[in-house]
Amino acid sequence: MAVTERPGAPPEAPPTFRDGVRAGVPFAIAGGLVSITFGVLADSAGLSPLATIVMSAIVYAGSAQFTAVAIVAGGGGVGAALAAAALMNSRFLAMGAALGPSLPGNALKRAAQGQTVVDASWVLASRGDGTFDRNLLFGSSAIQYVTWVSGTTIGALAGDVLGDPEKLGLDAAYPAFFLALLISEARGGRRLGVAALGAAIALVLVPVAPAGVPVLVASLAALAGLTRKARAEARAKSESA
Amino acid sequence: MSTSLALIGGCALITAVIKAVGPIALGGRELPDWFSSLVVLLAPALLAALVVTQALADGDRLAIGPDTAGVAAGGAVVYKTGSFIGCVIVAAALTAALRAV
Repeated sequence: MAVTERPGAPPEAPPTFRDGVRAGVPFAIAGGLVSITFGVLADSAGLSPLATIVMSAIVYAGSAQFTAVAIVAGGGGVGAALAAAALMNSRFLAMGAALGPSLPGNALKRAAQGQTVVDASWVLASRGDGTFDRNLLFGSSAIQYVTWVSGTTIGALAGDVLGDPEKLGLDAAYPAFFLALLISEARGGRRLGVAALGAAIALVLVPVAPAGVPVLVASLAALAGLTRKARAEARAKSESA
Repeated sequence: MSTSLALIGGCALITAVIKAVGPIALGGRELPDWFSSLVVLLAPALLAALVVTQALADGDRLAIGPDTAGVAAGGAVVYKTGSFIGCVIVAAALTAALRAV
């Protein structure tokens, strides 16, 4: 989420880890609701409650977890589930490439820091100039991790009590969560245009490409940022900063 | 149990490797202007794609359902009020209500 400064205003203190935690709370609540659904659905794939909780704790990638579990629950093999999970996660290649220059340390430390990326924390940590704030990234990811694992635990242990998550409309929570992020992020004509192009690319590919690929290919819509005008805007922004 | 182990271990490994690639390959480098422009626009492109693939598609076919209406209503809430939690709650509640009808 872009951090903007008012002209003439005193410079703000850089965000702390606690600021990141605070910024991540709304997303953590939404993610927690969604992870309850995951906890319930994993049972249908034959995962024990403990295995389901462990999966959320060590994978921490919602769309990949949902996809992998759905394929196994539908009778698919582990290989197919892992391939689909990799495709669902492929957007993290683009996010990681964007984040990489903002991470200090040797390769191992950067790889470890990269593990904290989830969709909302990546957007929250973006300064709007192509760089990322690590405190916002780590803080917002940490609180989301807590609710992700907690929600999974509730779903895995109390699935029988909760019943069908779709009846509760919980499957709408995840896209609503992404739409909220998009609305906060896509202010301005150029970003709206890129969002519309990304959506169009994804929709065209849905019927013909494996799950995950439409989202990855949609990232090409950002190439609109390479137009001469946008490059000039980026240069002007960095010179005035 | 072995299926569970393979699924969970495989997912964890694949996710860790994918998340590590960008930071390892591009870490510590100064951003050229064109790269900054590209990064700024990645979020709207990826988020829009995530929204439509989840709200307007069911597997490999395009589909409009109660969740589509719920997500749209959630979007209206966040646009008007800025409340992310309100957005998610309205989306889930409307979806559930439409399915109950």
